[in-house]
Amino acid sequence: MTFLHSDVPLNWYLLLSAVLFSLGVIGFLIKRNLITVFMSIELMLNAVNLSFVTFAYQWNAVKGQIFVFFVMMVAAAEAAVGLAIIIAVFRARATLAVDRIDLMKL
Amino acid sequence: MNEHLHIWLVPLLPFVGFLLNGILGSRLPRRLTTTIGILAPLGSLLLVLNAAAGSMISAPAGCPDCGSVSAISLPYTENCPFPWLAIGPIHVDFSLVLDQLSLVMLLVVTGVGFLIHVYSVGYMRHDPGYARFFSYLNLFLFFMTVLVLAGNVLLMFVGWEGVGLASYLLIGFWFQKKTAADAGKKAFIVNRIGDFGFLIGIFLLLTNFGTLTFYKINVGLALGPTMHGGILTVICLCLLVGAAGKSAQLPLYVWLPDAMEGPTPVSALIHAATMVTAGVYMIARTHFLFDRSPFALAVVAIVGAATALFAATIGLAQNDIKRVLAYSTISQLGYMFLACGVAAYSAAIFHLVTHAFFKALLFLGAGSVIHAMGDEQDMRKMGGLREKLPVTFWTMTAAVLAIIGFPGFAAFFSKDAILYAAFLQGTLGKILWFVGLVTALLTALYMFRLWYMTFFGETRTPDANPHECPWSMRIPLVILAILSICGGWIGMERLSNYLARSVGVHRAANPGSIGLELLLTLAAVAVALEGWLIADKYYRRRPERPAELAAAMPGGYKLIANKYYIDEIYGAVIVKPLLALSKYILGWIIDTAILGGTAWLLAGIATFTGMILQRWQSGNLRSYAAWLAAGAVAVLIFLLLSSHWPYLDFAIAWRGWPLKR
Repeated sequence: MTFLHSDVPLNWYLLLSAVLFSLGVIGFLIKRNLITVFMSIELMLNAVNLSFVTFAYQWNAVKGQIFVFFVMMVAAAEAAVGLAIIIAVFRARATLAVDRIDLMKL
Repeated sequence: MNEHLHIWLVPLLPFVGFLLNGILGSRLPRRLTTTIGILAPLGSLLLVLNAAAGSMISAPAGCPDCGSVSAISLPYTENCPFPWLAIGPIHVDFSLVLDQLSLVMLLVVTGVGFLIHVYSVGYMRHDPGYARFFSYLNLFLFFMTVLVLAGNVLLMFVGWEGVGLASYLLIGFWFQKKTAADAGKKAFIVNRIGDFGFLIGIFLLLTNFGTLTFYKINVGLALGPTMHGGILTVICLCLLVGAAGKSAQLPLYVWLPDAMEGPTPVSALIHAATMVTAGVYMIARTHFLFDRSPFALAVVAIVGAATALFAATIGLAQNDIKRVLAYSTISQLGYMFLACGVAAYSAAIFHLVTHAFFKALLFLGAGSVIHAMGDEQDMRKMGGLREKLPVTFWTMTAAVLAIIGFPGFAAFFSKDAILYAAFLQGTLGKILWFVGLVTALLTALYMFRLWYMTFFGETRTPDANPHECPWSMRIPLVILAILSICGGWIGMERLSNYLARSVGVHRAANPGSIGLELLLTLAAVAVALEGWLIADKYYRRRPERPAELAAAMPGGYKLIANKYYIDEIYGAVIVKPLLALSKYILGWIIDTAILGGTAWLLAGIATFTGMILQRWQSGNLRSYAAWLAAGAVAVLIFLLLSSHWPYLDFAIAWRGWPLKR
């Protein structure tokens, strides 16, 4: 609690959050491996979480923290389901390159 | 003092039969199908008999609590607790009305209907569509009883359309045969023309009286004693168009001869005894309208007389046994219209009743002959069936004597009543009477021609092995024969007194007398016997003579044998132009060019847009993500720049939101 009250300004947290989010987006866009793409998503989620708690602390509001718990819960569920799907895809197609998983294409 | 008669069960029982046999019929054992199909009309018949007995036993005077034996006062009404239509001031209910007229009609419909159901058990025994046949017959009975019991014009119209539907289904019962399917369609379409007239009549009634209940229309008329002609004539003529369609009168009779493609019990039940008489019943039911319009009455009478004569002449030269009977039916219906036209409604109903007996018998007898000959309907291939089919022969003889008006038989009384009523109606009446008399001669001629060609002489197909029909067919024949003989013994006097409260008392223009009536009766009988003699001479003693006569006047014979080319004329004048209109103008220009073109254009636009947009759906996950990110960036840029676009109110509102708490 106290270290946030110290000298670190709010903007730094937000900046860190933005950097993390951008890294997630870039990773999502340029990586071909499905698992890395998946990890990029997690990174984006957690970047958002960081800005949530920052604002929540700044304004003494508990809503943002509650929201973070929800996001973490969904992320956990998503990890379970998503990894299962990835395993299934790998078994079926023997590849994890996202460019080759394009069955929905017209 | 009315006890509950449960009249509503009369239509409902056949409907339940229809549902059971129609839905489960093919899965039920045949015996059960038969039981359901027979029990439904039997139940209705018993209910009607109960009502008849209840209404005819008069209560002993001064006995207020005699309960069950006290008479049911007619008209007796049963209302459905729920309203059917309540649109502004218009209220139409499911109301069933039992009065003298509908009671007599119901007795005929359920009585003859039941007998024909029994007959069908034998006749349709080997047909694969046995259950379907019974479900259709029950459906017909449902709609027919609704038509008869209806307390307002709209409910009657429901029954009216329903019997048309049942008729269509049953004419086209053997729909694998193209002629049968076509005949069904023809009947349905010609009836539509008549129904159109009926519908216009209903609308006119609604606008002029504000109600469709028969009783209230009658009251409305009674309150306006000066209402004559004019709109009433128009209404009556519209109703007449409907009646002419259903009852096969000129010029809408063409569907009935073709309707003989249906199974014979159908011809007997629908196209002889009950449905085709619905037009007569409708006119009698709305008689208070016709009574106010002498012109409409005259039109009814002329249409009836013309049809009677016209159809009788065609009947002379037909060789298909059922077609002879079909034209005979049209001719006899013409008699009933003639009677309605001279305001002798009870005479019309009397003839309706007797006609139902003897014409159903004639058709059932013809069915028995056809059955025996192995589905042969051409009379030229019959002959000499008298010894082979004794029951059929004797019952048919009773029917033939009944239809020609042989003294003591059914139509002797009813036809006599019609001719007498016509004769008393001034000059027009005398002309109509004469037409009726000529028709009586022709009737005797074609009926005995049928009789001689079928039952007398040498057999013309030696390899056929005719056999008498099973018991289920013989019993209805015998019962109907008894009715054909005794049916007229009710007597015109008694029936018209009974019906007086429903259809009014017949007032003749000229006073009649017993002597005149006797004279006219003698004339009618003499004419009928003359017809018999001619038939006897031509078709029994000198069978080669008709062919010689036909050869002597080839033009006239061909004209009659080809039914005056009416079908051909209708085909050329009405059907062909209509088909051309449908095919070229409506089909090619409107449907294909305009409607189809619009649809193609819309589809083309959608296809074109789709062709462009489908490039986005690359299936490449990362491209989707890139578009998503690009969209998010675009929104962000927009929000940042919008601070320089102060007129974008919503963006400003959004920007101010998280800071103001």
